[in-house]
Amino acid sequence: MALPKHTELHYRIWHYFYLFICGSVFFFLIAPLFVIFPLSFNAEEFLSFSDGMKSLDPDAFSLRWYKDMVYGTKNPWGLAAKNSFIIAIFATIGSVLLGTVAALGLSSRHMPYKGIIMAVLISPMIVPLIISGVAIFFFMAKAGLAATHTGIVLAHIILGTPFVVITVTATLSGFDHSVTRAAASLGSNPVNTFMKITLPLILPGVISGGLFAFVTSFDEVVVVLFLAGLENTTIPIQMWTGLREQLSPTILAVATCLIILSTLILVTAELLRRRSERLRGINR
Amino acid sequence: MSSETKKILTTDGIPLEVSLKKAERRNKIKAFLLVAPLLLFLIITYVFPIGDMLMRSVDDKMVTEMLPKTFKAMEKWDGKELPEEEVFEAFYLDFRKLVDEKREGKLSTQLNYTKNGFKSIIKKLRRKSKSFEEGNYKEQIMSVHKRWANVEYWKAIKRRAPAFTSQKYLKGMDMYKNENGEIVSVEEDRRIHRILWLRTLEIAFFVTLFCFLMAYPIAHLLATLPMKYSNLLMICVLLPFWTSLLVRTASWMILLQQQGVVNDFFVGIGLVADDARPEMMYNKTGTYVAMTQILLPFMVLPLYSVMKTISPSLMRAGKSLGGTPIVAFWKVYFPLTIPGIGAGCLLCFILAIGYYITPALVGGASGTLISNQIAFHMKSTLDWSFASAMGLMLLAGVLAIYWVYNKLVGIDNIKLG
Repeated sequence: MALPKHTELHYRIWHYFYLFICGSVFFFLIAPLFVIFPLSFNAEEFLSFSDGMKSLDPDAFSLRWYKDMVYGTKNPWGLAAKNSFIIAIFATIGSVLLGTVAALGLSSRHMPYKGIIMAVLISPMIVPLIISGVAIFFFMAKAGLAATHTGIVLAHIILGTPFVVITVTATLSGFDHSVTRAAASLGSNPVNTFMKITLPLILPGVISGGLFAFVTSFDEVVVVLFLAGLENTTIPIQMWTGLREQLSPTILAVATCLIILSTLILVTAELLRRRSERLRGINR
Repeated sequence: MSSETKKILTTDGIPLEVSLKKAERRNKIKAFLLVAPLLLFLIITYVFPIGDMLMRSVDDKMVTEMLPKTFKAMEKWDGKELPEEEVFEAFYLDFRKLVDEKREGKLSTQLNYTKNGFKSIIKKLRRKSKSFEEGNYKEQIMSVHKRWANVEYWKAIKRRAPAFTSQKYLKGMDMYKNENGEIVSVEEDRRIHRILWLRTLEIAFFVTLFCFLMAYPIAHLLATLPMKYSNLLMICVLLPFWTSLLVRTASWMILLQQQGVVNDFFVGIGLVADDARPEMMYNKTGTYVAMTQILLPFMVLPLYSVMKTISPSLMRAGKSLGGTPIVAFWKVYFPLTIPGIGAGCLLCFILAIGYYITPALVGGASGTLISNQIAFHMKSTLDWSFASAMGLMLLAGVLAIYWVYNKLVGIDNIKLG
């Protein structure tokens, strides 16, 4: 963004002002996340930088809160993490299966009532979460699934499928249907064609939809708050309770772990997106 | 069409047209069968329960079922003078049954909602009715308490006859039906829900506005920088986007609390005195700041994807034709970004209007939204029908916004990153 030499002064000022604004906004976006890192290594129980930390005294830093997270007595994080992962994995599998199959049907040009069906399929993404939470709670209570893992997994499948439907439909929109016809003309049955031809081509879309579904489930708190009993506590629920009652630095240790996890997911999602674009011949 | 072309046959001797139609139908069914599992799943677990919310929100069968004979007898009553013996007898029979089932307490609570003063006279009636003699129930009931001889109380009972009610919706707008069936507002100092609705709209509007003002320049920068820089900066947008909502809210709680980092900084540079640290959390300020940062990526991504498609030569053309950069921007660039602005604002506004977690944690009493009220009634007061009614009012609002947006911009113009 270097300016040409002949740029007039007031444009120059305007340009640096613009860069300053952009810099501030980026700072506003990213800085809050980075406050958590150093504070999670705080040796003291306060949630602000101690004098020792400001002068980079090594004694002011410790792994105390990470130890507390893992070994702490009557600490709920172990159970919460286990539940979160189990629920998110099953919810992702469910969302990906239902969502991918539905996206295949939706992308067919023979699909009747496409608009209205699409609206129903992505409605859980559009309707405010609190309303979804109330509705899903009523269903689960009637079906006897409140406060069970099954109930929460089903709820997260509801919330996760729209993402899979959208990403897979988008991938299929650039899909060349003549390749499946070619396979069929060479004697391949539909299942074989799907496994050998279609799936490898749409896989990036399926995986990134799955990532969305995973993150949605892993981070979901509104619906779980209505559904979960004591046994089904998840990481978000535990954080929610912790943040409401007392802000302990252990929460910051957990938050740091979650930020690392989301960084990994972000990198995976970005790599997949680029691969998908390359495969579909966009961005060349 | 000539008769010869009509007779084109496939190899198995069926007319081509019929065969094609058949194939078409088969394809349609095939496509539908692929969608069917998810559609069915969502209809059962999601669409019907929302319908269930609607039923709950208007349901008023409780009293209707408790006093079936009374309401049957009341059908003939004109509702002006005290009802006839027939009604009193029916009421006595219904009431005895309720007392036997120990449900008269529920009746008194329900009727007390409609008109104050039922609680005590129902308790009195329960005691006295044990020694009632057969026949002439009107006299006997009226002698229990003078309110039983007051026609207003019988009118109140009659008002509970219908199995459906709009009462919960009216309550959501701080209104109620008075004795004469007119819809009136509650006293000014008790209008809590209207304040919440207005505050929700206000916060959603300003958060959307702040997001737009902040997102527009950085989306522009991201779209115009060379790839290698913009990819790096994009991480600043995407990392918060993928990070847990609770983590981001937690970081704002640390930053904004009174002994927090921001306040420490203000004190450090001498902006505020150490003993006069401003409250930046548990009020509207906290809600605004945290929600703006959390929703910002939802504005940046659609704006970026639209700006990416605008060729820089358009701006150069505008300038070369004599426009100042400002004119070129306003007349050429800005109109081209409108689909992105629309999509971003719609996303932000709709997400903000239904926000729950962040306001509940950093909003305090003055920064909570309508969602918090819904959750409160679901979890604390257990008035599920009222929570349903408020939820559906919010949903109606959201759908109305979509409808307007679809009319103005077209929903297909939405791009998600």
